[in-house]
Amino acid sequence: MSEEKSKAQGAVQTTGHSWDGDLQEFNNPLPNWWLWAFYATVLFALIYWILYPAWPVAGTFTKGVLNTITFVDSDGNEKTTHWNTRSLLLQELQEGSAAVRSQEYLDRITAASYTEILADADMMAFTRSMANGIFGDNCAPCHGAGGAGVTGLFPNLADDDWLWGGSVEEIEETISNGHYGFMPAFKDTFTEQQLDDVASYVLSLSGHAADASAVARGEQIFQTSEGGCYYCHTAAGTGLRSQGAANLTDQIWTIANVAETASAGEKQAAVKRVIANGVERKMPGWSGRLTPTQIKLLTVYVHELGGGQ
Amino acid sequence: MTESGTQPLYQPRIRIYPRSVKGRFRTIKWAILGLAYGVYFLLPWLRWERNVGPDQAVLFDIVQRKFYLFGLVAHAQDLFWLAGFLMIAALLLFFVTGIAGRVFCGYFCFQTLWTDLYLLIERMVQGDRVARIRLDKSPLGANKLLRKAGTHLLWLLVAFATGLTFTLYWGDAPTLVVQWFTGSAPFPAYATTLFLTATTYVMAGLAREQVCTYMCPYARFQSVMFDADTRIVAYDVARGEGSAGRHKVTRSLKSRRQREQRGVGDCIDCGYCVQVCPTGIDIRDGLQVQCISCALCIDACDTIMGSLGWPRGLISYTSERQAQGDISRIWKPRTLAYGAVLIAAIGALVWSVSHQAPLEMSVVQVRQPLFVRLSDGRIQNSYELHLANKTDQPLQLAVMMRGLAGAELDIGQLASLQLAAQHSVRVMARVRWESGHRVKGARSFSFDIVPQRRQEIGMISAPATFFVPGSEH
Repeated sequence: MSEEKSKAQGAVQTTGHSWDGDLQEFNNPLPNWWLWAFYATVLFALIYWILYPAWPVAGTFTKGVLNTITFVDSDGNEKTTHWNTRSLLLQELQEGSAAVRSQEYLDRITAASYTEILADADMMAFTRSMANGIFGDNCAPCHGAGGAGVTGLFPNLADDDWLWGGSVEEIEETISNGHYGFMPAFKDTFTEQQLDDVASYVLSLSGHAADASAVARGEQIFQTSEGGCYYCHTAAGTGLRSQGAANLTDQIWTIANVAETASAGEKQAAVKRVIANGVERKMPGWSGRLTPTQIKLLTVYVHELGGGQ
Repeated sequence: MTESGTQPLYQPRIRIYPRSVKGRFRTIKWAILGLAYGVYFLLPWLRWERNVGPDQAVLFDIVQRKFYLFGLVAHAQDLFWLAGFLMIAALLLFFVTGIAGRVFCGYFCFQTLWTDLYLLIERMVQGDRVARIRLDKSPLGANKLLRKAGTHLLWLLVAFATGLTFTLYWGDAPTLVVQWFTGSAPFPAYATTLFLTATTYVMAGLAREQVCTYMCPYARFQSVMFDADTRIVAYDVARGEGSAGRHKVTRSLKSRRQREQRGVGDCIDCGYCVQVCPTGIDIRDGLQVQCISCALCIDACDTIMGSLGWPRGLISYTSERQAQGDISRIWKPRTLAYGAVLIAAIGALVWSVSHQAPLEMSVVQVRQPLFVRLSDGRIQNSYELHLANKTDQPLQLAVMMRGLAGAELDIGQLASLQLAAQHSVRVMARVRWESGHRVKGARSFSFDIVPQRRQEIGMISAPATFFVPGSEH
């Protein structure tokens, strides 16, 4: 038995121990390349512990030596600290090649006039990708990711109707300072009949079919001090941008959901509801939260969404 | 311990000391090695005038996603060319292996080329086979230390040159070299160089034939392409062994006639074929998985046969069928099939590369919102056009549309669409259409891009759909 075993063992070494005469222990050492690779990882870890933050020690941790990182913090101060990935991220966001290229574009945008930006395909493409993020963070909660708004609540920025004006200057003004859109409620002023008449007149302004006598009565209220609607919506019904008063003669309805309803009765009811309940909408100003360049980017972005004016 | 415990887990490596040899195949191999190194080491330094882009003949610009190959500029969207090229390389390997066996392994593989160079260095510093064996057995002294250190130092130098050269393909070579040595090169340049230095040194200097035997997948799956007609390096057993086996040359076994009478074969058992083998096998044992078909044993045996004045070819390129006395075929179904697919793949790639569009456009419809109702009742859909100018000249482009009667196209206040050479841009286009009483649904139309003043570049079109939300009336 033991003879057979020792033959079968071949090249395998034993540890040299021997118990009970023939009980031996094989020795299969690890291959050297494996062993040295393991020692190398140990050595790597030791060096790593010295250079980088590693061990928690009594409420703090070892910070690593000979390895600092310098970055500009949010207050604009240059700050040097021990190496850590958060600072590295900040540093790369400021000094990375993509960040540098982005900054070059931002500098160009800052220096350029709106006319120059709008006529330059490259700056427009940059604006679109950069402002898309700013819009998503700040504007999309109300206006939607694509600027389509919500009928009855928030205006659609992708159409060609601009309550407060669609030129770049007017858009910039709107974004910077915000707006307060207000129309009084007429349910206590007008009778049901009067509300219906005014609604008929308003619908007729945009070419909708309505009862002629109701339209005439409604026009009487709209165009005189009885209703006083023309103060803001003008006698022609085309609205007044200084007040954010809607153009009633076009096919766009931001409050009353006229476009998406089918029957004449529903359209009438929708407009009537708005007249009865009034409108009160507030958009905050963003000049305190966004930098002038960010507002500029947003202005161009919003301008392009609807084709601008 | 289980049964397997009674066997060693690892086969101990038997150190190989390949002996030098001269001959036909060695000469061919040196020539291929010289050519391959010439191309590999000099190509990054070849200049190439371009209107736009770097003046380097071959440059893979990862940052800009542009890959310059002499007159050709491949873009990220041409990546399938790489897939095509790799398929062709694989098919070529199958095709050649089916006919001629492991030609790639023996002559062209970088493992073989670099191992050859490392062996050459080893031989120059430490001497040929016998001297190296003696040196390894001798106790450590100044001579041994110097020769060993010198060998490894030269190996590392070659490895570094290899690694650095590889890195130079990915940047402007003259600039990158200066940056590399002044410590201002980007981190990937150092990482790539050092990684390849390490792998070259380990693979060609230390691991050598173990790469072919244990690591290389090609070595294993090439056997699938072998058949009885495939060229292999083989020992002519009938001639070499005779009826009484091989025997050394002795006084009574000197001439072929004497040996023939005693039934002794032509193999004089000098062992030269074994000594020159870089993978340490004895070709006289037959075809083996380790054999990389380097043909050095043929050179060795031919040298001996030549010096004895006996016919050469005791070890030769032959095939299983030929060794049995038949004629081996080259044009067999396997070859024809590989050949047909290979030609088709090459044809497709050449066609694709030669028909690279100078101008490209893709259209993405804005889906949020999908449509917008305008104040005059028309419907507006918006699209983002991605335009890429692949020529080395700036292009003046006109954007047009076709297929929607009476629709209006608006690309904002872009005075003119000037697209710089090798440049791409995204343009927002709005299409307004009087939907009238048309039925709800999508309508197909196309955007056309017409290069101005450049007749040779034709108009390009891209399909798009216009969504109509249905009539409100």
